[in-house]
Amino acid sequence: MKPAGPIALQVTGLHVALSGTPVLHDVNVSIPRGRWISMVGPNGAGKSTLLSAMAGLLPVQGRIELEGEDLHAMPAAQRARQLAWMGQSEAVGDELSALDVALLGRLPHQSWLSGWDANDYAQAEQALRSMHAWQWRDRYVGTLSGGERQRVLLARALAVQAPVLLLDEPLANLDPPHQADCLQLVRALVAQGRTVVSVLHEITMALQADDMVVMAQGRIAHHGPCADAQTHRAVEQVFDQRLAIHALAGQWVALPSNM
Amino acid sequence: MRDYVYQRPIVLGLLLSAATAALLLTGMLAGSTGLDDWHALAALLGLAPPEADSPMMAQIVWQIRMPRSIGAWLAGALLGLAGALAQAVFRNPLADPYLLGSASGASLGVCLALVALDGSLVHMHWLARLGLTGAAFVGAMLAVAMTAALASGMAQTLRLLLAGVVVAVVLGAATSLVLQMYPHLLQSMQGFMLGSTAFVGWDSCALMLAALLPGLALAMVLGRWLDGLALGEQTAASLGLPVRPMRWLLIITLALATGAAVAHTGLIAFVGLAAPHITRRMVRWGSRHGVLLASLMGGLLLVAADLLARVVIAPRELPVGVLTALIGGAYLLWLMRRHHHRGGVS
Repeated sequence: MKPAGPIALQVTGLHVALSGTPVLHDVNVSIPRGRWISMVGPNGAGKSTLLSAMAGLLPVQGRIELEGEDLHAMPAAQRARQLAWMGQSEAVGDELSALDVALLGRLPHQSWLSGWDANDYAQAEQALRSMHAWQWRDRYVGTLSGGERQRVLLARALAVQAPVLLLDEPLANLDPPHQADCLQLVRALVAQGRTVVSVLHEITMALQADDMVVMAQGRIAHHGPCADAQTHRAVEQVFDQRLAIHALAGQWVALPSNM
Repeated sequence: MRDYVYQRPIVLGLLLSAATAALLLTGMLAGSTGLDDWHALAALLGLAPPEADSPMMAQIVWQIRMPRSIGAWLAGALLGLAGALAQAVFRNPLADPYLLGSASGASLGVCLALVALDGSLVHMHWLARLGLTGAAFVGAMLAVAMTAALASGMAQTLRLLLAGVVVAVVLGAATSLVLQMYPHLLQSMQGFMLGSTAFVGWDSCALMLAALLPGLALAMVLGRWLDGLALGEQTAASLGLPVRPMRWLLIITLALATGAAVAHTGLIAFVGLAAPHITRRMVRWGSRHGVLLASLMGGLLLVAADLLARVVIAPRELPVGVLTALIGGAYLLWLMRRHHHRGGVS
């Protein structure tokens, strides 16, 4: 798929090996600015690895450009201000309060010696409130439930205020109402012109994005609009036809094909 | 709802400082016959008319009790700082500064120095004592370097932990071997292994202060980065932090702080583990103020333990390391029990 508008992230000829084992093979993908792209694929397809590579966190062969600049040549703080990443099974910092974790999202905006200023607190508060987590700001994260922690981690990523967000399994551990809130928030961010790339296992949720990158065996099998029948066929194919995508009450729903 | 006692770190800082000052003053009075007369101390400090025996009292207070108490505070502060750094580097609230093998390295260093000097700790010339201190320090640093080499760097926490255990066991065995060959050194080594502040003088205080001040300053400057490290290395890197150089810097500082403390007071258990841990329970944790408070807490704990060791079976003295091990062990058991019952973080 060749997007018409400006490109936020451009990946060209990307190869990644983890502990000597090749995981991504010649990946080429363009992420357009101001869109929500979901990444799907079976376990071990390389989705999280591609997301980490796009965040500049892995040694790679190939080229990744963020807003037209070479990602790996960019100063770390500049990259961190432009691109927020939230990992799958991210450590939480059990001994920190929820507010302190959200404030750490402001690190890329800080110099060595400066403390948090009023703007940092305002951004952290806004991020926690948007995830309905402000009420636990003084609680140690280690005392929160899995879903509550996830919301604090999402708030940490939001507090960066980066134009590009890379979220690996952002809905993990969230109950259905908070999953819906999270997706609504992503929609709002995209409406503000931000770019969101999210790895999602829930195909029905992933189908709510603008575009979908379908991965299998370390390669991109398909990249196209979520509403496109070709995209649906690609998803069904990489999951060995064990799921089927149906239109239900005005939205796309993925169901096991034996139902 | 909060999980800590004090919202403002400065309140805890002032309380710790006041408690330390009170204990240091009491430490000036604690001698082999229990607690001396307050009047004598007041006279010495110029707060009361001088007494007939004040010159001797002055000698005892200025040359023995004061450096000993202040040395205990400095060693505790160094261990508290090292503990806070170790817990940040290993991302484990129960990590101990001795985990990198520094304690066993220092023991072997002292053991080898004693073989070379063929002396005992009690009647040792100050130059020889300085050599002993240097040997402990070099031993601690070499052990940490060995741990880093064995773990192929500082990048992986688990490998680092395992390497630290291996180095500690091997160097411990080497110390035992040397002591088998030179059994007459057993008594001198025991003083070191049990931990003691009895031989700390002003020169030791100066050396420990020289390690504490830059270590604290560095840890406080890197405070926010330490908090970032608590979110995991990938997240820290995604936030623009230079994770690898930062780990090296932290581990060198941690080794310096541990080495400086162990070299002057021997192996004092649990202070490095307990000081940051107790601090975390009392104040909203943030590494920038946390390392300073953990250091103050470590100082207070060791001054208190030292004082207790001096008076509890007076006129005899308990080795302070034995006391901290007993109290610290009980504290750790209580923590584990609480952790087990609550099923949450401790």
